Amino acid sequence: MAGPTRDNEAGMGPLMLKPFAWARLNLFGSMADAALTLVAAYVMFGLIAAAFQWAILDATWSGESRTDCVSDGACWVFIKVRLNQFLYGFYSTHEYWRVNLAALLVTITGGWLLWPGSPHRAIAAIFAITGLPLMAYWLLHGGVFGLSVVESAKWGGVFLTVVVALSGIVLAIVFGVLLALGRRSELPAVRWLSTSYIELIRAVPLITILFMASVMLPLFLPEGISLAKVLRAMIGMALFWAAYMAEAIRGGLQAVPRGQYEAAKSIGLSYWKSMGFVILPQALKAALPGIMNTIISLVKDTTLLLLIGIFELLGIVQAAAADPQWLGNYVEGYVFVAAIFFLFCFSMSLYSRRLERRLGSHHQV
Amino acid sequence: MALANVSATARLAASWRDPAKRAFALQVLAVALVAAFILWVAGNVLDNLARLNIASGFGFFDERAGFGVPTSLIQFTPESSYLRALSVGVLNTLLISTMGIVAATVLGFIMGIARLSSNWLIRALATAYVEGLRNIPLLLQIFFWYFAVLGALPQPRQALSISDSVFLSNRGLVLPLPIPQDYFWLTAVVLLLSLVGWFFYRNWLARQRRLKGRVAHPRWIGPAIIVLPTLACWLLTGGPLTWSMPHLQGFRFVDGLTIVPELVAVWFALSIYTGAFIAEVVRGGILAVDRGQTDAARAIGLTRGQRLRLVVVPQALRVITPPLTNQYLNLTKNSSLGAAVGYPELMNVSGTILNQTGQAVEVLAVTMAIYGSICLAIATLMNKFNTFVGIEER
Repeated sequence: MAGPTRDNEAGMGPLMLKPFAWARLNLFGSMADAALTLVAAYVMFGLIAAAFQWAILDATWSGESRTDCVSDGACWVFIKVRLNQFLYGFYSTHEYWRVNLAALLVTITGGWLLWPGSPHRAIAAIFAITGLPLMAYWLLHGGVFGLSVVESAKWGGVFLTVVVALSGIVLAIVFGVLLALGRRSELPAVRWLSTSYIELIRAVPLITILFMASVMLPLFLPEGISLAKVLRAMIGMALFWAAYMAEAIRGGLQAVPRGQYEAAKSIGLSYWKSMGFVILPQALKAALPGIMNTIISLVKDTTLLLLIGIFELLGIVQAAAADPQWLGNYVEGYVFVAAIFFLFCFSMSLYSRRLERRLGSHHQV
Repeated sequence: MALANVSATARLAASWRDPAKRAFALQVLAVALVAAFILWVAGNVLDNLARLNIASGFGFFDERAGFGVPTSLIQFTPESSYLRALSVGVLNTLLISTMGIVAATVLGFIMGIARLSSNWLIRALATAYVEGLRNIPLLLQIFFWYFAVLGALPQPRQALSISDSVFLSNRGLVLPLPIPQDYFWLTAVVLLLSLVGWFFYRNWLARQRRLKGRVAHPRWIGPAIIVLPTLACWLLTGGPLTWSMPHLQGFRFVDGLTIVPELVAVWFALSIYTGAFIAEVVRGGILAVDRGQTDAARAIGLTRGQRLRLVVVPQALRVITPPLTNQYLNLTKNSSLGAAVGYPELMNVSGTILNQTGQAVEVLAVTMAIYGSICLAIATLMNKFNTFVGIEER
């Protein structure tokens, strides 16, 4: 293997070489290389051309039903007609403003929290785990301030995916911090309890936990107390992902130098103060890549909720594509869902990489 | 009286200030809380089960299952027991996980190395694969292969076929099935012995090389050791293998070996998805090998292939093995998503058993225990491998 890139070997960036020289170096370095390039280019162009033909040139964009799609291309009418359902699930049509308002609230809080260098982030963080969930619940579920009740059974689509993902992320981080601290605790019993919980959860697939949340949780509670299906699923997600989050955060805790623990102790801080003010801020920063990876996995795995009969984005698209009226529109639906998840997850991973670079620069000596 | 109270409070406060006593009290508290919670849950479960008239215990595993499975490695009919159904699920989980691990590893290593290729186009394609596929949910990818790709294949009657022996339709891939006849085992034994012989020959050759430098041995000797005795035995016993050829009967294929579309879809999706993660692991491992190693390998005149095979990959393996183990565990756990398209792996079968019997606690406990054991087995195996590739400290 000739190192990462041949650009480096030439001692200059690709832009500094003339196009022909660049191509000779990076595409046609040897006979084998040239053959590989030609085959790859042929395959790639074939695929891109076919995809373009299907998705753009031959596609049907306007119409009201399956019968409007007469060409061989994509039938985007399917997405267009069902778009509201894909976004809001079965939420009452004239109450959409409530979902939109909640989304706005989340966006503002999220932006405040994540924008590099924004002021008073601690307030945003506290609001995100206290006021925001409460206000979102009032708005989305209703039943207070004269808002009509919209049962969570009616929630669905992108909206439900976001609700489950966000609640999962927040709860998993909170429990994850506690579990990680527990696993690194000086008290053997606490350490043992946390470690067994983390390892047990990590040994089983998410579906088993979701099944447990959907069929076993009702058995766990006293007679008369019943939780909505969506809420049970959220609890399952939080319990499962907390274990993974704890492992990511533990990595960060281990990266904090021992001297920091001793220094915090020596100025007389109690355990919780030294953790809260000295250790955790540094540990969470160091654990950021792991935390972001866990968040990305969590977001992708919200699709598993469809297996316990909850119509999150993939579930509702799958159900719509299986509708006799639209039978055979699987690919359009999957492309739509894939695009949404890809945009979300890929931008998060880019953000995490940027943050890593920015935070990392402080530690360079 | 008041004095006694004060001193009791003071004593309590004093022991709270004593770190050892406080630690002990906190631990007792933690254990007591967890124990109380578990007892509370257990009590509720017993109450609820009594109320719903569900008998607890594992007796139901002997009862008749009453459902069929589309594919199984062992004989299974609706008359078989729930326990047998569970075994079908475990075997299918092991099958799909093994197939997935092999394919994902091959794909991941190719793509990981391709991401570091000196060829810009190959590098770009590999990057697109990794970034694209690992940011799309696995379940969506399984659905894509199952409903959009395999579901769109023609009916069995219009199946695509290769010389009327291999058929591809929306009911799966049908292949000719080899059926061993009398004395087939003899050929198998001879093949095994030849392989052992070949292994010893290789070791002997390597030792000669080390002792005497270059040893001139015809290259065909190695393959000949394996092929000739096996071929001779095969011919002497009269080619003891017949083929069960698939053919269309009514609306479906009979005879031959049917690979159901569920298996293919889950296998493709699992391998391609996990392959993207393994590619990143491999790339990281290779980048962790000091650049000087490659330079040194080039300086002593090794070719590109030799540099990779003899110098870079063996060192990268040490970095790669632990995260690779994680990916194998993820793949095995993710194989449970096969349940979504009806591939009868462990989760699918236990879901059906759970629905039929209502024994949620027992079924889920057994399922989780089995997944846990499989994961433990993989982790143990990979740890052995890790010791094997690790640096021998001298």
